Amino acid sequence: MKEQTALKQAPLTKDTERLSGAEAIIKCFLAEGVDTIFGYPGGAIMPFYDKLYHYQDQLKHILTRHEQGATHAAQGYARISNKVGVAVATSGPGATNLITGLADAMIDSTPMVCITGQVASHLLGTDAFQETDIVGISTPVTKWNAQITKASDIPTVLAKAFYIAQSGRPGPVLIDITKNAQFEELDFAYAKCHSIRSYQPVPETDSSSLQAAAELINAAQKPMIVWGQGVILGEAEKEFKAVVEKTGIPAAWTILGASALPTSHPLNVGMVGMHGNYAPNMLTNECDVLIAIGMRFDDRVTGDLKRYAKQAKVIHFEIDPAEVHKNVFADVPVLGDVKNTLAAIMPLLQERKHDEWHQNFKKLHAIEIEKVIKEDLEPSSEGLTMAEVIAQVNKESEGKAAIVSDVGQHQMAACRYAQFQYTRSNITSGGLGTMGFALPAAIGAKLAAPDREVVAVIGDGGYQMTIQELGTIFQTKVPVKILVLNNEFLGMVRQWQQLFFDKRYASTEMTNPDFVKIAEGYQIPAKKVTRREELAQSIKEMMEAKTSYFLEVCVEKEANVFPMIPTGASVSECRLE
Amino acid sequence: MENKERYTISIYTENNIGLLNRISAIFQRRHVNIESINSSASEIDEVSRWTILVNVSEDQIKKIIGQIEKQVEVIKAYYHTEDETIYQESCLFKIKSDLLFEERQIQNIIKDSNARIVTVNKDFFVLEKSGRSSEVDLLYRELSAFGILQFNRSGRIAVTKEAMEITKLLQTFNP
Ligand SMILES: Cc1ncc(C[n+]2csc(CCOP(=O)(O)OP(=O)(O)O)c2C)c(N)n1
Repeated sequence: MKEQTALKQAPLTKDTERLSGAEAIIKCFLAEGVDTIFGYPGGAIMPFYDKLYHYQDQLKHILTRHEQGATHAAQGYARISNKVGVAVATSGPGATNLITGLADAMIDSTPMVCITGQVASHLLGTDAFQETDIVGISTPVTKWNAQITKASDIPTVLAKAFYIAQSGRPGPVLIDITKNAQFEELDFAYAKCHSIRSYQPVPETDSSSLQAAAELINAAQKPMIVWGQGVILGEAEKEFKAVVEKTGIPAAWTILGASALPTSHPLNVGMVGMHGNYAPNMLTNECDVLIAIGMRFDDRVTGDLKRYAKQAKVIHFEIDPAEVHKNVFADVPVLGDVKNTLAAIMPLLQERKHDEWHQNFKKLHAIEIEKVIKEDLEPSSEGLTMAEVIAQVNKESEGKAAIVSDVGQHQMAACRYAQFQYTRSNITSGGLGTMGFALPAAIGAKLAAPDREVVAVIGDGGYQMTIQELGTIFQTKVPVKILVLNNEFLGMVRQWQQLFFDKRYASTEMTNPDFVKIAEGYQIPAKKVTRREELAQSIKEMMEAKTSYFLEVCVEKEANVFPMIPTGASVSECRLE
Repeated sequence: MENKERYTISIYTENNIGLLNRISAIFQRRHVNIESINSSASEIDEVSRWTILVNVSEDQIKKIIGQIEKQVEVIKAYYHTEDETIYQESCLFKIKSDLLFEERQIQNIIKDSNARIVTVNKDFFVLEKSGRSSEVDLLYRELSAFGILQFNRSGRIAVTKEAMEITKLLQTFNP
């Protein structure tokens, strides 16, 4: 049975203090260990900003240039650090500008708390200036949301917000706080939330499911692992690696799972999905046991479900019970936190090598090298490929950089070719595919992990969706590296037009501005590369820069990303050309 | 297309203003029509109980329950087939009083249907009927021949034949 205990209020650590609601919000942040927040001020959130003025030494506020940027920065911050990202906005347009980031965080399970100001409670429902029903609007894209209309509710509601955002399957929470609640005073005391009686973040693990899973794995002749972001969110990289190494099972990743196991690991067989690697896609339909770990069988991963791994017994390690059997029936669901379930199954597993089965992966990978990778990395054509640019970044960073990619062809190139050494190195908008994600997310990531090299890889299209965040970089001097792969097209859409719409390039050609001049306007060192001879040196320069740096690489205009599983096709109909 | 069936969903929740929005969105996104919805107090203090009636396949209902249970303020959700519950609806008819005296037939209908007269005045009388929806339908058809001034009908309310583990579950936090 569920462990459902009444909301336990931890004993108050301090006596209460008399504070304004606005100051209480800040105190809550500090109590939750928040050191950086991203936001944009406005009327309804001004009391909060006014108090923030006095806390600048304890709580860094990053003024983004758009509230969407604040959410993506908070996401980048969360994704690289596993801490809750915090974004703040005013009511009305400030609040509605958060929606894309909330939706992105919801579908990619990113822990985030957004605070919005709201008109004074006596004005609620009167269509007051900048009043918008943000709780109503954000409901489908938040894990939880609530409105606070009196100051005394601030500590308990915010404690719940932080708890919900980061427990179980993480997600975004929005708290809307009326202006009067920010002005009013309360007797402030903070107790972190540790449980909510109606909420069971981690389902109980049935030990018989572990037994059944182990039996299937031990008996398997052609097993395959597909892991997702759950391994990273659960901080289970070590346990995961141990299972992979003991069982010798070829392990493939979803786009959000990337980097949980180093790219160069001998048992890492690449990415699955629409533009994933040939071998794991093809062999999904040949394996006898498919072990899904912390992934949700997104349609971009599975292709046609009716022809997805039908021959295989499926084991699904999952924290969210609603994901089990949602898209793919699991013969053995293993509910629970992967950090625990993977550790618990370890002793039940037999040591194996699966050498022969691995040969199948090697053979198919050799075909992919021949048909795709060789030409990507050592092109015979004059134009630069996205892959060779990423390969240069690998070389210069020795695989240590965190790559924050945007959405499109360059994203697929980045995920396919980046060599990840460390976990939490692939930060990208997976489930929502939000163009404009990368630049602000890179800012957040760099602020959360100042010791890591952070490279944003962006297309010329997506770059212009949040290009204003160059202003944030300029003002805060956060040293992110910006690598724009310019093909003068909305490349991914153009690829589809070429392949599926008889090359009718409707509204995908871009007439771009002088990106170098724009960057220089923000005093960001900038350079443009058009020829192969200049590439290595320019990437080196970018990586060695101590400041932020903008590098535009003009790549082949009409190149395509392969392999590709066309929409509606089966994973084993993966095309190489 | 899988076989659709009628299911009654029981949801135990915290009282929360925004929850209706969250729950209804789950149905809306999947194009599932809510046939009726009822929210009320439950047998447990400060816990609401919702009863939702839908017509879907078993595969769909399982997924919907998963999505409902995922909501932070939902304590537990269950689904039941028609034979697993005892259910009722209730309805009110407002009818001209003249008819009560002039049409013998109406008096028979009231008697046979086990409907109850709630109030009578010189202009109109109000009839209440609780029962299965087919009984309510029948009464409606019979009375509509005479003219109905107003008709209003509630959603389904239901209790299950078997105990739901919720009772035990809730004892742990409402001792
Ligand atoms: C906000 C948003 N709008 C539209 C899309 C649809 N879309 C997906 S990829 C893509 C093209 C991206 O072009 P670019 O940023 O230049 O990158 P490329 O594919 O050329 O590498 C578009 C328009 C999207 N994913 N996100």
